[in-house]
Amino acid sequence: MILIWLLIIPLLGGLAAWFLGSKNTDRARWISLAALGLDTVLLFRLWSSEHARNALDHGAWLGELNKPWIPQLGVGLHLAVDGLSLMLIALTLFLGIVSVICSWTEVRERVGFFHFNLMLILSGILGVFMTLDLFLFYFFWELMLIPMYFLINIWGHENRVYASLKFFIFTQAGGLLMLLSILGLYFVHGRDTGFYTFDYSLLMGTTMSPAVAMWIMLGFFIAFIVKLPAVPFHAWLPDAHTEAPTAGSVILAGLLLKTGAYGLIRFVLPLFSAAAAVIAPAAMILAVIGIIYGAVLAFGQTDLKRLVAYTSVSHMGFVLLGIFAGNAASLSGAIFQMIAHGVSTGALFILVGMIQERIHTREMNNMGGFWSHAPRLSGVGLVFALASLGLPGFGNFVAEFLILLGAYRVNIAVAAFAASGLVLAAIYSLRIVQRVFHGKIHSTMKLADLSLRETGMMAIMILVILWLGMNPQPVLNITGPALHTIECCAPHHNPAPMERDVK
Amino acid sequence: MNIADLTALSPFIVLTITPVVVMLAISFYRCHELTVILTLLGLVLAVASLPSAARHIPREVTPLLIIDGFALYYLGLILTAAIIVSALSYSYVNIHAGHREEFYLLLLLATLGCAVLTAASHFASLFLGVEILSVSLYALIAYLRHNERSVEAGVKYLILAAVSSAFILFGMALVYAETGSLAFNRTGIPISSVDLHPVSLTAGFALIIAGLGFKLAVVPFHMWTPDVYEGAPAPVSAFIATASKGAVFAVVLRYFSLKDIHGQSAQFLIFTSTAIASMFFGNLLALLQNNVKRILAYSSISHLGYLLITLLAVGSMAGTAAAFYLTAYFITTLGAFGVVTVLSKEDRDADGLDDYRGLAWKHPWLAAVFTAMLFSLAGIPLTAGFVGKFYIAAAGVGSHLWLLTAVLVINSAIGLYYYLRIIVVLFTRSETASDGPSLSFSGSSALAILAFLLISLGIYPGPVIDLIRKAMTF
Repeated sequence: MILIWLLIIPLLGGLAAWFLGSKNTDRARWISLAALGLDTVLLFRLWSSEHARNALDHGAWLGELNKPWIPQLGVGLHLAVDGLSLMLIALTLFLGIVSVICSWTEVRERVGFFHFNLMLILSGILGVFMTLDLFLFYFFWELMLIPMYFLINIWGHENRVYASLKFFIFTQAGGLLMLLSILGLYFVHGRDTGFYTFDYSLLMGTTMSPAVAMWIMLGFFIAFIVKLPAVPFHAWLPDAHTEAPTAGSVILAGLLLKTGAYGLIRFVLPLFSAAAAVIAPAAMILAVIGIIYGAVLAFGQTDLKRLVAYTSVSHMGFVLLGIFAGNAASLSGAIFQMIAHGVSTGALFILVGMIQERIHTREMNNMGGFWSHAPRLSGVGLVFALASLGLPGFGNFVAEFLILLGAYRVNIAVAAFAASGLVLAAIYSLRIVQRVFHGKIHSTMKLADLSLRETGMMAIMILVILWLGMNPQPVLNITGPALHTIECCAPHHNPAPMERDVK
Repeated sequence: MNIADLTALSPFIVLTITPVVVMLAISFYRCHELTVILTLLGLVLAVASLPSAARHIPREVTPLLIIDGFALYYLGLILTAAIIVSALSYSYVNIHAGHREEFYLLLLLATLGCAVLTAASHFASLFLGVEILSVSLYALIAYLRHNERSVEAGVKYLILAAVSSAFILFGMALVYAETGSLAFNRTGIPISSVDLHPVSLTAGFALIIAGLGFKLAVVPFHMWTPDVYEGAPAPVSAFIATASKGAVFAVVLRYFSLKDIHGQSAQFLIFTSTAIASMFFGNLLALLQNNVKRILAYSSISHLGYLLITLLAVGSMAGTAAAFYLTAYFITTLGAFGVVTVLSKEDRDADGLDDYRGLAWKHPWLAAVFTAMLFSLAGIPLTAGFVGKFYIAAAGVGSHLWLLTAVLVINSAIGLYYYLRIIVVLFTRSETASDGPSLSFSGSSALAILAFLLISLGIYPGPVIDLIRKAMTF
């Protein structure tokens, strides 16, 4: 039952924030924080129970809930959490709390409704990370879109209407393809066994001809790489990220993109292992193109927020590479990258938001010399720019290192090209530092430094990214066993030498 | 005719007596409130008599009507739609000058026409139903007779409906000439053997499809729809879009489900191409509109295209999908037109996009309802439209209708654009933050009920699916 409460509490919190917070804006913020806090407590209770400790070690489900929902169609309310989900849920709650705090002064209009949307997205994302029923998965997958659309459309910047529409249509079209694939799988399994169900664990053993498996897999694959996004489908991302309010960008970059990667790991690899192996080379090439293309475009931007958005394309390329390299090291790296990128890019978006709130522009040509006015803000900026370029000691380094290590065993050329992404990352990251924080003082206005609230929030984020970088083992231990089941079906499964890399 | 027959017929009998009572009441004492109350009372009584009628199904009452689960389910749907339309109409009719009471009389008669169609099992009853419905609609569409648009729409509908009736009649004559019977189940000749039959039989089927296609407003028989929806009073548009189309769809479903229209038959090709054309034309033309009523008109064309997939799909899932989708479509369309209705003013209907600018900040609840309805039309989760679209896609995939299902998916993505356009307008920051006019009680309570149904069907559709399945087995 704890799982369903994890889902419902943010939803109730959002409703309460909307109704009670329409007059008193601070109340809406506190209610949302309280709901997320309560959720975090619940998560820790789930995490720390005796049963969970055992389950984590064996890659089993920490908690599971399976109730009929629409029995006529074989749809169940099937929720379950393993180590992989657990880490992503923790990331969701962490970034959820951060987004409430970072919009404390930025969002001043219709605060109640804003928080309702925010909490609804978080609910949808939590649902995606928890569900083991494909119908329910599609339900949550679509559910998180609408509030995100509103978030961009109502509280976004200048070009928000265009950006929100583009975001919605891209992801919705991908989602509909996935719907077709889900239905295809449902009927293939149903015809085979006479038992029609959307349940993940039952669909797992479906036997399909290679051609059918390929078509069904492609539907899932495209839906997930639109969300990720991988290169030909990334067009929505720069606009959506740039125009969204800070909290929206944090959630988009930190969480929404991860749902795509999660889908690939949870559904595409285990359900269609053979078909996934066939497209793995193509997917890895797409990933490398994404890494380099995202980095090159990031370098060309003068809009600071757009720059950060393009770095996401590059970093998510690493995730795609890690997933389709498909061995223990690369998969662990991909998951680690999801978490580290969530924190580091989230922090960068918050920084851009703070700068924009202060000087009302995101144009880098109007920035410069911030260090003299706002040393704390600039210091934090430096830290996260370094994290983003993959400096050892930060979480991103561990992640990208593991991914490259895994990819190297599969294809040396691919790994080599992907590694050039690290060099390019250094160039664009240092360019931010140089143009924004150093250099001639451009802005005549005096830039206020971080307030107490902002300092505290950024300090925690720095601690998290450093902890991930210095001591990655606990996270790897939690996700590792959960990955075992997936590795077995992964394209380049080669168990013997890999175990040592992770353990 | 015995007691069981009469009991099975009771909803129809109540529905026939009500207009007579209302007419007499009007002739003795002209009072708007009284008329509305009598109308609602009659409709509610008809709904209340459904369970007792359900005890005697399936039953063929005279060769003309067959009362089965299918008929009663669609009848219930249409009666509920009529109740909602009457509730929505009250304040709408009230602000317009002229005689108000006859509006309900016509509405009741149109509902009776729809009711006959749901139970028709014979060409004679089909034609009777279509005519009762059409003749009432001529007058309803042109009810605001001082409004040019309304009269123009009425005349347009009159001419086209008369032509389509002629098509149906001619088609029926041709089919009768070949088969010697007007009953549905005797004219049900397997189409696979259609080549063995003379051209006149195929021509007869084609003419009937064309005539009913006008009523369904599927491409290429859709030309009248946007003009009539735009010109007709908003509650009447709601009625045409729901009850009228639903009843005709029910009769099409009943008639063609008796035949094997699968494989490479002519009918299969006709329906497939009609469905694809309706989906594409409806959605693409809606992109170009700036008038909310016209957008809803084109959107309803595309939704009928989606529904035609269930006609072509096989198996029990298809029937359930059709009934569920139609239920969701009724709720959604009534809700959307309901919002237009309650916002309409004396001089004109609220059909321009500008009428909705910043509505979310003037009437938050109304905007929330409208947003929910539009999301349901687009098939977004938490709404009934989502489950409905999922069901249709499932029925399509289950019957290997890959082309149709792919077109459905593409069109769902296209459709999003114009639904979102309206939503964007609803949430635009508006400078004039004046409060809008206060809303009528009857209208807002009808909308509240619809919104509640929309969400509950979207979250927990189990009971309704059960009801449909039970109804479809009789």
